[in-house]
Parts: sequence; C-alpha cells; structure tokens
Amino acid sequence: MALDSEKKQVFKVVGTRPARPDGIDKVTGRAMYGADATAPGMLVGRILRSPHAHAIIRSIDTSAAEALKGVKAVVTSADFGAPEDESIRDVQDNCMARGKALYHGHAVAAVAANSAVVASQALKLIKVDYQILPHVTDVDEAMRPGAPVVQADRAFENVAAGFSENVTSQCEFGHGDLEAGFAKADKVIERSFTTAATHQGYIEPHACLASMTPDGKGDLWCCTQGQFHVRTVCAEIMGMDASQLRVTASEIGGGFGGKTTVFIEPVALALSRKSGRPVKIVMTRDEVFKATGPTVSSSMDVKIGMTKDGRITAAQARLRYQAGAFPSETVTYGAQSAFAAYDLKAVETIGWNVLTNRPKEAAYRAPGAPMAIYAVESVVDELCQELSLDPLDVRLKNAADKGTKSSYGPTFEAIGLRATLEAAKAHPHYTAPLGVNQGRGLSCGFWFNFGGNTCVSLNINTDGTVGITEGNPDIGGSRASISQMAAEELGIPYEKVRTIIADTNSLGYNDVTDGSRVTFSVGLATIEAARNAIKVMCGRVAKIWGIDEDAVIWEDGCAKPSGPNAGSFDPMSIEEIAAISANTGGPIAGHFEVNADGAGVSFGVHLADVEVDPETGATKVVRYTVFQDAGKAVHPDYVEGQMQGGAVQGIGWALNEEYIYGKNGLLQNPGFLDYRIPVASDLPDIETVILEIPNPGHPYGVRGVGETPIVPPLAALSNAVSRAIGRRMFELPMSPPKLLKAMSQKR
Amino acid sequence: MRYEKPSTAQEATNLLATEPGIARVLSGGTDVLVQIKAGMIEPDLIVDIKNLDRIRDITPEQGGFRIGAAVSGATLGEHAGVTALWPGVVEAFELIGSTQVQGRATMAGNLCNGSPAADSVPAMVAANAIARIAGPDGARNCPVQDIPVSPGRTALAKGEFITSIFLPARPERAADAYLRFTPRTEMDIAVASAAVSLELDADGTCTSARIALGAIAPTVVLVDAASICIIGTKLDATSLEAMSEACSAACNPIDDKRGTVEFRTRIVGVLAKRAALIAYKRAGGRA
Amino acid sequence: MKNLHISTTVNGDQTEFVCAPDETLLDVLRNRLGLTGAKEGCGTGDCGACSVTLNGRLVCACLVLGAEADGAEIGTVEGLATGDHLHPLQSNFIEHAALQCGVCTPGILVAAKALLEKNPNPTDTEIRYWLAGNLCRCTGYDKIIKAVQIAAAEMRNA
Ligand SMILES: Cc1cc2nc3c(=O)[nH]c(=O)nc-3n(C[C@H](O)[C@H](O)[C@H](O)COP(=O)(O)OP(=O)(O)OC[C@H]3O[C@@H](n4cnc5c(N)ncnc54)[C@H](O)[C@@H]3O)c2cc1C
Ligand code: FES
Ligand code: FES
Repeated sequence: MALDSEKKQVFKVVGTRPARPDGIDKVTGRAMYGADATAPGMLVGRILRSPHAHAIIRSIDTSAAEALKGVKAVVTSADFGAPEDESIRDVQDNCMARGKALYHGHAVAAVAANSAVVASQALKLIKVDYQILPHVTDVDEAMRPGAPVVQADRAFENVAAGFSENVTSQCEFGHGDLEAGFAKADKVIERSFTTAATHQGYIEPHACLASMTPDGKGDLWCCTQGQFHVRTVCAEIMGMDASQLRVTASEIGGGFGGKTTVFIEPVALALSRKSGRPVKIVMTRDEVFKATGPTVSSSMDVKIGMTKDGRITAAQARLRYQAGAFPSETVTYGAQSAFAAYDLKAVETIGWNVLTNRPKEAAYRAPGAPMAIYAVESVVDELCQELSLDPLDVRLKNAADKGTKSSYGPTFEAIGLRATLEAAKAHPHYTAPLGVNQGRGLSCGFWFNFGGNTCVSLNINTDGTVGITEGNPDIGGSRASISQMAAEELGIPYEKVRTIIADTNSLGYNDVTDGSRVTFSVGLATIEAARNAIKVMCGRVAKIWGIDEDAVIWEDGCAKPSGPNAGSFDPMSIEEIAAISANTGGPIAGHFEVNADGAGVSFGVHLADVEVDPETGATKVVRYTVFQDAGKAVHPDYVEGQMQGGAVQGIGWALNEEYIYGKNGLLQNPGFLDYRIPVASDLPDIETVILEIPNPGHPYGVRGVGETPIVPPLAALSNAVSRAIGRRMFELPMSPPKLLKAMSQKR
Repeated sequence: MRYEKPSTAQEATNLLATEPGIARVLSGGTDVLVQIKAGMIEPDLIVDIKNLDRIRDITPEQGGFRIGAAVSGATLGEHAGVTALWPGVVEAFELIGSTQVQGRATMAGNLCNGSPAADSVPAMVAANAIARIAGPDGARNCPVQDIPVSPGRTALAKGEFITSIFLPARPERAADAYLRFTPRTEMDIAVASAAVSLELDADGTCTSARIALGAIAPTVVLVDAASICIIGTKLDATSLEAMSEACSAACNPIDDKRGTVEFRTRIVGVLAKRAALIAYKRAGGRA
Repeated sequence: MKNLHISTTVNGDQTEFVCAPDETLLDVLRNRLGLTGAKEGCGTGDCGACSVTLNGRLVCACLVLGAEADGAEIGTVEGLATGDHLHPLQSNFIEHAALQCGVCTPGILVAAKALLEKNPNPTDTEIRYWLAGNLCRCTGYDKIIKAVQIAAAEMRNA
C-alpha cells in the first residue's frame, strides 16, 4: 500500500466512543456463540483422547461402540486422507492422531450419537491398544541427543549439529560486530531464563456444528478467528472444493490467537459425513487445556554489554522454544522481536524450535515476543541497577526511532517508542513513593502488527444508509470501529452504518483476525471501499448536473460542485443520491480488495508496582500503568480495553499461570481452579495512556493495538519483584514457592 | 442414576443404607457435581438432603449454635450471632470458592468430601465442633476432628450422614481466626492453612489454645505441641516463634501441583502465627 | 435412567420440563428451555459464566441439578431487561465498554445484579471480591468494575 497523501487529521466520528452494534445482543444473552447453534436432527460428537504422553497406537477397536444403540458414527485417523501440504497434514494429525499419540489429550477417535450420554458411553467402549513410549516435555531435555524423539525426520537442514532430532528449525537475525561491541562495554551481563507454557484462556471453549450432505456440500458454524482459514484447512482435509464448504463464524468468546486454527472442525465434518446428520462438538474445559494451543515454553540466554553512561554496545540472545508435538515458527518472531526496542550497532539472535510431547502450540497474542523481550528487559534492568542508572533514561538513550535499522532487518518508519517512554517518564506513577516490600519495574514491548488479505463490500442502501460486509470475526468491538471509519469517510452519522461479518461464500478471502490486523486492514479496506462508493456517487451526480466528474466533490455526506467554476448546484445528499439510484445506473456500492502492508509496528511501555510478602512469597500488584502508541485510536474505549486485557494476561503469565506436567508426562492442571488466570480481586485498576503517533501506512494513521500489551508485563513484573526482594528472578511464573526460596537464599 | 429427595432423616438413611450401588448424599453439590462431571464418580443414587426438617436452620443451643447440614456459606455469613461467636469458623467457611459456590456449599459437605485442604475443617476442629450424625442405628454425636480418616474417606458408616454441626459456647475473652495461603486472592485451594482458637484471662494471658492445620498432612492436624507454646503467654514474639516452629514440625505434607513440601512447611508456621495474633486481638488481647 | 418431571419458575414464568436425574440446570436451561444466555465456560464451578439465581441466591447453574429446580425460582440473564428497557447494568456495560467478546457478560451481569440487591453502594474492592468467581479473560476487569459502579450510582439515584 502506498503512503497515503491525503492523510486525514480532523475527525468527527473516529476517536469517539459510540455504543457497539452487538452490545444489546451480548448483554441480553441473545448473541449466538459457538455452542449456541443447533440444527434439526443434530447429533452430539465426543472425542476420545490419549491418556498417555507418548504412545504408539497399535490398534483401535471401535466395534462395541458402533454397536451401541444411538451411536451413528465413529471415526479414527483411518477416516481421513493424507493431505499433501505438510502444515495441513500437521493440523489433521493434531485433530486426530495417526499411528502415534503425541501428547496427553491427543485425539484418537470420535463418536457421534443421539445424546451426550450415549456418546460418552460409546467412548468407553472404544478399545485402543497403546504401546507406551518414553516421553519428553521439557525443552532443554528434548534438545539433548538421545532424548525421546517426538517426530522423526522433521528437522530442517540448517539446524546446527549436536542436537536431538526434536530440534526442527533454527533462525538467526542481527548485524554488526558483537565481539567489538562487548569489548567496548563497561559491564557485560549474561543470564539464563525460563518461562512456562501458558494458555490463551478464552472463556468460551471451542465449539462447532458441521453439516455434510451426501452430495458433498458442507456447512460449518464455529467459533473461530478466521472462517476463511477454517474453510481452506477443512476443505483440504476433507478433500472438498472450497466452493462446497461454507463456513460461518459465530460470535466468538475470546481467542487471543488460540482460535486461529482448527481442533474439532474436521472431526465434526467427518462424523457428519459418515452419519449423514449434523454433528455438534463442544469441547470441555479439560479438553481445551489438554489439546488446544498453549503458547511455547522457553529457555533463553541473553548477554548485553553497556557503557557506564548507559549505552548498549552489543546484545545477543539464544532462544529455545518448545512448541509441542509439531514444528512451529514461533521462535522466529521471538528472535526478531527480542531487541526491537533498541537502536543497536551489534546484535545477534538465534532461535531453535523444539518438539516435545505437549499439545501443538497455537498463537497467543504477539506469539513468541513476550518471553524473548522478558529476558532482554530483565538483563537491561539488571544492568541499570549495577551501573546505578535510571531504567527509563537508559531506554530513552538506546531507543529505536524513525530510521533505525531494526535488530531484525527492516528500517523503522515513524514509530512511537520515544514518545511512549517520555510519557511514562512524565507520568506521576514513575516518581510516586513506594512502600515497604514494594518494588517498581518497567519494560518496553513491541509487536510487528500485520496487514494481509482483506476484502470489504460497502453497499449504499436505497435510503442512503450503509451496509458493510467484512470477513473478520469481531473479538473486541471491531464492528464498531469499522462502522466509525465508514461513517467518517462518507460524512454520515455512525448510526447510519451497520457492519456484519460474512460467511465464506459472501466475500473474497480474508486472513484470520490476528496480528492486530483488523482495525488496520479492514479499516483501510473500508475507507477505500467508501472512497470507491463516493466516486460512483459523484459520477452519478455529475451526470445529473451535466458537468465533469472531477468537478464534483464529496463533503459532509453530500456531493457538491467543486467550486464556482463548476456551476451552481444545490448539494445532493447521500439519501437523495441513493433514492434515485435506480434511475441513474442502479445500485451503488464500493469494494476494496488488498493484501495490505504498512501495518506499522507498535511499541508500549508498562510500569508496575508490586508488593511481595517476605514471609510467604505472595506478590500483589499495587499499581499498573500502560503506555502505548495506537497510531490513531478509532474507538478509544476498545483501545484501552485491549491495553488492559493484554496487561492482565501478561500479569497472569508473570505470576501464576503455567502448564504443569508430572514426571509421567501428564498435564496436572487442566482446569481453571489450578490453571490460575487472574481473578478480579487479584488486580488493581489498570491505568492507560494512549499515544497517537500516526502510522504512515494507514489513511487515518491507525496501528494495530491488540498484541503489544501482553509483551511488557512479564519483565515489568519480574523487574518490580526483583527490586522489591533485592534478588534477581530468572524464571516465570514467579509463583510464591519460588519467591520464598529466592528470598531465603543469600544475596 | 436415581435422584431422591426424602423428607425425613429416617427415609434418607434407609435409602443410603439399602442402595446396593454407589450412593452419594447431595448437599450443595459443589463437590459432588464436579466429581460427576469429571467422571471421578458415577453414583447410582443421589440423596438430596435439603428437604429434611431443620436441615437449613441455625438454632441457638446451650450458648452455642447448631448449624443444619444444608446451611450454605452465604446463609451462615449473614448470621450475626454465629459470626460474633465463631468469627474464625465463619471466615474459613466463607473462603470456600466464589460467591456462587458460597450460595450452595455447606460445612458438612466440606467435611465429608474429605479433602485435606478443606477450609472449614481446621476451623471447626479448632472450635471443637461436634457433628450430629443420623444413621440406621439412630443419631450419634462425633467430634469433627474424628470424621476425616484419610483423603476422601470419613468415619461415617454406610447409611450415615451428618444432620447438623454444633459450635459450642465459649467464655468471654475468647475468639478464633483462620488463614490460608493461596496464590490467588480467591478461587483457589489452600496450599496450607491454620486455624487458631484462644481463650484469655482478664489480663490477656492465653489460658487455652487449639491450633489446627490444613493441607499439610493427609487429614487435618490438631497441634497440641503448638498450643503449649502460647498457653500462659501474651503471645510475645518468642512464644509465637516457638509455636510457629511447632506447627512446621507437625507437618507431613506432599509435593504437588499446588505447593512443595518445603513451602508448605514454612508457610504453615507463618499462617499460624498470623492467625493467632488475629484471634488474640479479637479476644480482646493487646499484643 | 428415568427422566424426572420438574415444575419451576424461570424469570417469573411458570415452566415445566423433563430432565435426566444427572442433568445440570445449565444443560436444562440451554438445551431444553432455549435459554442459552448462561454459558458453559468450564462446567465445574470455576468460571461463573453460567451464573443464575436460585431462590434469590447467586449460584453456578453447572453445579445445580435440574431436579433441584423443582418448586424453585430461577433468574437468568434473559430476565434482566424489562420489555425493551435494559437494566442499568446492561446499558452501562454497553456504554462503558465493559465487554469485549461478551461471553462472560451474562454471568457477570447476573452476579453484579445480585450484589447490588444486597449492597447498593459497594466499594471497588467489594465488587472485585464478589465477582472473583466470574472469570473474564478479555477486559482485565477494569471497565467491568467501573461500569458496575456507575450502574450502582444510577440505581441509587433512581
Ligand atoms: C469453584 C470451586 C471452588 C472451591 N473452593 C474451595 C475452597 O476454597 N476451599 C474448600 O475447602 N473447598 C472448595 N471447594 C469445594 C467445595 O465447594 C467444598 O468442599 C464445599 O464445602 C462442599 O460442600 P457441598 O455442600 O457443596 O458438598 P457436596 O458436593 O454436596 O458434598 C460433598 C461430599 O460430602 C458428602 N456429603 C455432603 N453432605 C453430607 C452430609 N450432610 N453428610 C454426609 N455426607 C455429606 C457428599 O456425598 C460428597 O461426597 C470448591 C469447589 C468449587 C466448585
Ligand atoms: S460453567 Fe459453571 S462455573 Fe464455569
Ligand atoms: S469479555 Fe471476553 S471473557 Fe469477558
């Protein structure tokens, strides 16, 4: 996308806080989420899962289950083909184990029955003959030669020698002369860190309703972040043409990246095909934890050199990410983002992806970045302490800025890091006094943001109101923002616009709702679609007035002559133009299709105050402030909401959330009681400060805001805790037993 | 599975005693329904006791209170009399679960579920609470302390169930307190817990103490060795330290997903110390 | 397993249904009565998405048997608004962006209503503890607490 020359600076609708269009449905219980769909003759689908961490499936005997009254279909991997595309085959094998169960909770068979009771009984009748294999769930252990091999022959050639077969890929980024850089430093610190796997923790479990007919057509309703992606994957797995599978996204009860892939949809489709009836599958919470996407866990080393006055001379990171039983690219994002906040002469990051007997990792808000940046920001903080430097000053001194060659290659356009740091420095929080046992920490955060394939239709109704059809599920108010941008561009009130999310048959391909792309890309496409519609309207009016098309301009929802030379005509409003559209050439619409780039990276800074109980190791967050560059906040409430929600997910990650595996390789805590996401009483208010440094790649300057806020809390809290207890922490989560132990050790 | 809702205790015991399969009493259901959902139990019979006479009543008795087995946390918490007399028991019970769980959960259910981490149990033991049990051979009384025998098992015989729990009278200048440790502020299961019930004389010297610990052994532990450290003192720092150490020494915990042996052993002493100070203050002592 | 015939009151309306003895009230509401406002986030009492009132007490519908509803009064999110008039909690949740995905919202509204009936003037801390059994993964709770406060003030002044 070329830079937009007509950048809009004064807004009427954008920047206001109107009520969201789906609000009433959601507060009255009317909104239809994944599990709320029904279909005539619907069956209940249930999935049998591996009780072992790693086992060969010698055989599966489904005969007793099939014989049970009420059971209409049973499927195993034998009911699926072998897609050529490796990544799609991985998705399929994750949905239904082929030959080997790769983790505790891996699906091995499924049934469809006329009731939930019968379906559960049927699962018990399926006999699976397992040959248990040695397993590995820890990333460092999995890398060692001789470790149990999760999947053979999956490693890329560029992986350095000396690792086990579980290391499937390696990536490297950076520039400059490290050795010379470190030599210039007054202080070099090198530390190792670990972070536990965490789950996105959306409150709505995965759910879908599949209906296949004998003529090969299919309909699928599901809660997803991307119905088009679901269609691509499912059509391929089911051996169908995309045109024959229509996917409709339900309202979605949270995703955070975890609903960008499929877990149950192909299984429901296969059961429906086999039974000839619609099949609904709703995961239990236990299944969600065992078999859907946690994020990676990590083991990392970071080395940074700094001069006495706080200039970073060289920086290096080694990242080892375990992403479960299938190859993953997430470590690449970690390696790219680790040092993104800094303007560095010498920097190097190397990352490895590692297979383990854990569920296939799925994207989680800024996938790969939080852990890498946690390690980097921890070492920077320790250097500040060692050299008695102010941590904000040091960040300002080294901050990346417009024109900086980033640590991962590209040169930055206008970015908001410096402004964000300065806002934090000027904020009263930064200098507020601390109490006993309290500490203050800060961290920068970064995310790339994405654009991607986007397609929007904008129809001018005959009464002059506007219908927008877009293809990205609304996970946090995006329909409101899209309507706002359309209203802004068309010069009409927000209330005149209604935005809906289309099924896969109604629009061209849209990438999933991820990468913080929706407000940016769909917004951009909507603005362009509106401009196209305006062009059509101006053309119609030009004909009516009998003047040149470029002599008509669009202002405040009306076509007007461009000036006195164009002639003297009364402005024609959008209502008037629409009302006579049948006589001027027919319906009026605007479309826009784009593979958008120019998303504009986003930076944030978080300040956290904590209090640690010296006798129990319990940490309380007492004050928290988020500073972030939003480019342009279209609907500030929802921007703040993203900042607050992301911060709290990061707080959970830092303090108490973790996947706990026993020695037997089984997940110990697949429920919300023991997988401890923050509850309301754990938290203070989350203050927000929105900065607006326009993104040159968007007509209104919008940047994605959804992901960056989960990045800084990890280090902000670790730095705060480390300062509060006078000892450095190198491990997340900082659960009370770990803190108490650290506090009892000599400094 | 059958669901029965008897209206007399006799009927309830008969149902429980004669069921050949697995029978479960249903009070608040906040354990039973979770266990059914998780596939941990598949009962053949559920006996809902909430319809029995007086089972939801709180009645003053001999200076103390008799609490019906189906009294929920929300109801007990609203009872000014019990809250004034046994604040530690009420606060322990109210720590269980969320507001929603409080709307249903009962102390008898908490006790009979047999979890080593049950919150109300150490508080009831410190309070020397007595359970009244209905059974095929009629009613009997049993100290709460003697009911849990191992994780998930109780001393109740087939056909028996608890109809009420009696919290005794207590003298002037007496109070109790309960503290637990959980990583989150709410919605969490105790990693370790301590209940302390104290009686003081006129000058604030402790004359009697009962200290019960939870989640640090297969069942609740009443630690006489800890009580001795503070009886005869005004809870000065040295005796509190000794009491705290006695509590840690009484631990026999396990390592699990919720905490380590080391952690549990250390913090239980801290909790006991803090709970003792709260109880002391409530009883009118000035530390 | 013999089904049971249950008579109850839901949102003020006399209602009858048939359910299996081990069926939860949540399943009954969602699958038999078409009231899908209450959500199942966990089925084990941990998330609060299924919050309803049972004889005026806030409970998790997933931890109540359908059979226990016999003769009881049940309140769900569908009963919050009167006609086309939203409850102040509902309108303030929309106005102050207290929902993102909205899946926790029905449970939180029912829980918050129960709080304000008991305590019309709660502190932030009281709201936070009362709602601790209602998990929300999207908002970080900040705007929820504020919306409840604003609704409470509006209700006190009504
Ligand atoms: C989200 C959540 C959070 C929780 N948090 C906590 C917590 O913080 N602390 C804690 O201690 N517990 C907690 N629990 C567990 C549970 O809420 C408590 O144990 C509660 O007190 C059980 O009471 P109930 O009446 O619901 O028991 P029920 O589920 O009805 O019964 C529990 C057991 O006791 C038996 N039983 C019940 N009543 C009697 C009786 N009168 N006589 C004989 N047997 C009986 C039942 O058959 C069953 O085996 C939590 C549960 C949930 C779902
Ligand atoms: S579904 Fe009932 S509490 Fe989660
Ligand atoms: S708004 Fe999504 S869980 Fe609360």
